[in-house]
Amino acid sequence: MKTLLRPLCAAAALTAMLAAPMAAHAHRQWLLPSMTVLSGTDPWITVDAAVSNDLFIFEHVPMRLDGLVITGPDGAAVTHQNAATGKYRTTFDVQLSKPGTYRIASVGDGVMASYKLGGEQKRWRGAPADLATAIPAGATEVKITHSQRRIETFATAGEPTTESLKPTGQGLELAPVTHPNDLFAGETAQFRLLLDGEPAAGVEVAVIRGGGRYRNEPGEMTLTTAADGLLEITWPEPGMYWMEAELRGGKSSIEGAERMAVYVGTLEVLPE
Amino acid sequence: MRRLASAAVLTGLMTSPAAAAELNLTVEIPRLSVAEYHNPYVAIWVETPDQTAVKTLAVWYDFKLKNQEGETWLKDMRQWWRRAGRAMDLPADGISGATKAPGRHQVKFVGGKAPLGTLPAGQYNLVVEAAREVGGREMVRIPFQWPPKAPATGHAKGSSELGAVALTLKP
Repeated sequence: MKTLLRPLCAAAALTAMLAAPMAAHAHRQWLLPSMTVLSGTDPWITVDAAVSNDLFIFEHVPMRLDGLVITGPDGAAVTHQNAATGKYRTTFDVQLSKPGTYRIASVGDGVMASYKLGGEQKRWRGAPADLATAIPAGATEVKITHSQRRIETFATAGEPTTESLKPTGQGLELAPVTHPNDLFAGETAQFRLLLDGEPAAGVEVAVIRGGGRYRNEPGEMTLTTAADGLLEITWPEPGMYWMEAELRGGKSSIEGAERMAVYVGTLEVLPE
Repeated sequence: MRRLASAAVLTGLMTSPAAAAELNLTVEIPRLSVAEYHNPYVAIWVETPDQTAVKTLAVWYDFKLKNQEGETWLKDMRQWWRRAGRAMDLPADGISGATKAPGRHQVKFVGGKAPLGTLPAGQYNLVVEAAREVGGREMVRIPFQWPPKAPATGHAKGSSELGAVALTLKP
């Protein structure tokens, strides 16, 4: 038994290692707002945050909230309320106590390193600040991947505003041409994809409408940004849409690292 | 002088109807046989042919609830909210009104007077949108020319949340 188990374990470990970088692809990360267009005084929304295959179904793991950044209409940070994490999802509330547009984002900045030490393959995951002490002296074949991700959604009380949508200049971002809370089926929305604040040209963007569980076709649209980073999406139907763009390359703030930037947005499209 | 003055008054009288053209509207709210019925929220506005809202004429909603709670559902009149409502301060005098029960409701708007005020001469649509709690939403448009040179009528008919909508213009 012992002799049998060992190779199996090793094989399993190897599979896990190989699969790890794919995990980001295999599952989709998302924020799902209860509502995106609101009227009345001091309205609230509730937001689900999860990682899953099906959109927007809670079936894999909840999203952690350590990277949650909510920006209010005046550009100031807003604190989330009533957070709770269950088996499959995290949920939290946001009060829209000022009129205008709120940007709700889970922003991550992480490092993955692989290296060899004494002939053994090692892996490390952590925050950029801890990288310097994480890799022992004598490590060889050091490969560092700096991953920047932004998973976000938007909600507007009253008239849409743009102060909270200003790009941070970090990683992949979506700059509005069409306001993200003014989307209607049959219309064409325009956004500009930015990498570190500059137009990101020729980037593939996947756009999927939620509710795939009740359809046979996944209905995924694959679009590409133009030379000026412009992305045009014609919404075929109303619904809650998930969009993702991923880009390898570009300058990393970490020396010698390959950078991988991911953008995920959840956008609501209303019927005309 | 006196004669001249009276002539001016007379001229004024004769021209005044043109300045006070009227827009009369009948909106039918259908009686629906449903388990839970609430009067619909209704917005009535004037738009240009490119759907730019130029005047909101009426918004019928629960505008007397405490803490202006009724405004929570104004966004369910999606087109009006997008085109006009979200930029307005409500309640607004002469525009906000209580919801209406099923039946025919007549409203009159007079040129030069709020909320219609003055409209530049041209082609417009009158739009009526209704949204009902635990119910549906429907919108109808009636094109019209303003100011009317002669009496004119226009009709539209909803199929779910609105019944017959009739527009009568008086020069």
